[in-house]
Amino acid sequence: MNTKTTLDYKNPFTSSAVIIIGIILLALSVVVSINFGASSTLSYQDVWSAIFHFDPTNSSHVIIRELRLPRAIAAISVGAALAVSGAIMQGMTRNPLASPSIMGVTSGSSFLIAIALAALPGISYLGLMMFSFVGAGLGAALVFGISAMAKGGVTPVKLALVGSAITSLLSSLSTAIGIKFNVSKDISYWYAGGVSSIQPQHILFAIPFIIVGLILALILSRSISVLSLGEDVAKGLGQRTGYVQLLGTIAVLLLTGAAVSIAGMIGFVGLVIPHITRFLVGVDYRWIIPCSAILGGILLITADIVGRSVNPPFETPVSAITALIGVPFFLYLARKEGRGL
Amino acid sequence: MMPNTLAKNEAKYKFLMITTFILIIMAILISINAGYMKIPIADVIATLFGNGTPQNELTIFEFRLPRIFMALLVGLGISISGAILQGISGNPLADPGILGINAGAGFTIVLYMFFFQGTVFITGWLSIFIMPFAALIGGFIAAFLIYIISWKNGRVTPIRLILVGIGINAAFGAGLTIFQMKMEPIDFMKAIVWLSGSIWGTNWTFVWMIALWLVVLIPIVLYKSRVLDVLKLGDSIAIGVGANIEKERRFLLFISVAIAAVCVSVGGGITFLGLIAPHMARRLVGASHAKSLPLAALLGALLLLLADTLGRVILAPMELPVGLVISVLGAPYFIYLLIKTN
Repeated sequence: MNTKTTLDYKNPFTSSAVIIIGIILLALSVVVSINFGASSTLSYQDVWSAIFHFDPTNSSHVIIRELRLPRAIAAISVGAALAVSGAIMQGMTRNPLASPSIMGVTSGSSFLIAIALAALPGISYLGLMMFSFVGAGLGAALVFGISAMAKGGVTPVKLALVGSAITSLLSSLSTAIGIKFNVSKDISYWYAGGVSSIQPQHILFAIPFIIVGLILALILSRSISVLSLGEDVAKGLGQRTGYVQLLGTIAVLLLTGAAVSIAGMIGFVGLVIPHITRFLVGVDYRWIIPCSAILGGILLITADIVGRSVNPPFETPVSAITALIGVPFFLYLARKEGRGL
Repeated sequence: MMPNTLAKNEAKYKFLMITTFILIIMAILISINAGYMKIPIADVIATLFGNGTPQNELTIFEFRLPRIFMALLVGLGISISGAILQGISGNPLADPGILGINAGAGFTIVLYMFFFQGTVFITGWLSIFIMPFAALIGGFIAAFLIYIISWKNGRVTPIRLILVGIGINAAFGAGLTIFQMKMEPIDFMKAIVWLSGSIWGTNWTFVWMIALWLVVLIPIVLYKSRVLDVLKLGDSIAIGVGANIEKERRFLLFISVAIAAVCVSVGGGITFLGLIAPHMARRLVGASHAKSLPLAALLGALLLLLADTLGRVILAPMELPVGLVISVLGAPYFIYLLIKTN
């Protein structure tokens, strides 16, 4: 965006089309995701009636209600949360490499979840989620704080390098905690990253936070567009940038913390989706944020379906699938050395 | 340079080498002594001179000592490999672990062990000696990918190199995660622990295997230390003094990847050590590779042995993989270097 002097508004028609087609694809992938699995007797009719005419004595209905549907919802909400987090971070920091996993936010969450599992055995899910939020804040504060001390100022690339060093530090410490307190198995669940063992109650707790985060992001979207022109420009236009940055950070922490508490560390969604969205709908964050949410949901639920079908009946963690999609993209950005948002 | 400062430097270098060597001997004694079964120092010395109880002899000669030598050799190799990478890329942040060379080598080793031995971690004599070749293939694939992807407009900038390395690391990690389904869960857990860096080949066959490789490769590096000095001055000066830089650079890269791959085949993916040891050595004796390489090698051996001992002791009877200990120490060091470099 540095090279463009005026906002490159694409036709709102394109953006609306992305949203409408996106929602249709999302609905289709939900149906596929619910229908697809080890129990092959489910028909599309079962899916339909399990949602709208639930019969607790019908085992297919129970499978759909207790396993498949929560899993689909989890995949969509985690994907949306991570993608919007990444979009906000990229917009606020004008850093094309910004994303929750690269900036150490998800690793902070997982680290505090590890501490919580070790120090407070039998902690409730809600408590775990609180630790996850605090951890997200801790990770972000560490990475941005340390980068700010760097000679030659904060560059996108330095943030990414500090983020990856902090990630490897925190994950080493988490592993050590896991071995010491005999909770390695629980911790490795968060580090593997996936939506395979979702419980419906967890989603009920986490979804409100994600919804609040998404609404906050939508409210802020206009200010983020302005902020993405540069802090000086934003100030010149009369924006209270500190205020916007604070609220934006809160939205990122809510979204990332809740996403990690559901599905653990899933990388690259928050990096790739905002770039694809910008390519499709231009640079207006009022469009980028809702479109990112939808595309992020589609990406993660599709990755989950792929993960289930690569090697049935085993499941490949969804984080591996997103990494395979995300790495080439990351390498492309790395070649540009973080320039050109 | 004044003659007497030169002499002083020489004396300082000798002093540092001897000190590090003594520290290594002390670390060996501590490491033999420490562990789940504590053996008093007096008994350790008695056993080393052949007057120990059979039980102590078994523990020390068959378990502790091979592991100690393995740690020393792997530490030595990784430091040299890191020092070469830093020299040829002019990049103080280069390290075989950070760049993803270890991940590539680890990936092919897991494949090799899985497909050709039926199960991971079998310790047949022949397969131990073939294993490093599997590691070499992966290491070279990774190095090649990193090199071509970070090559742009005729050069490779340090930061881009590291960033690409992080990506390559993630790619091999994801590849392994997908491959895990084919493995038994227990093998997979072992593979994961090992990839995060764990000295697992703890018998003498492994020690001889890695020693053989290092004995061949390291003298070549020392012989080339002057070339490394020249390369570090920058391309134009290097060309000016008559070095065939691309040829030398490729050759040294080859050696560096080979050393790293061999170390990975027994020590797993130890990250950051190849960064710390050469950097400390340069701080202590200056930039001349003829001096900094041997010192880096000794420091690397010392650090890895200490880290391995710490990992065995700190959570005893559980064991912390040495790679994690090194990461906890090395990541802050990496950040410190990152903040300092412009």
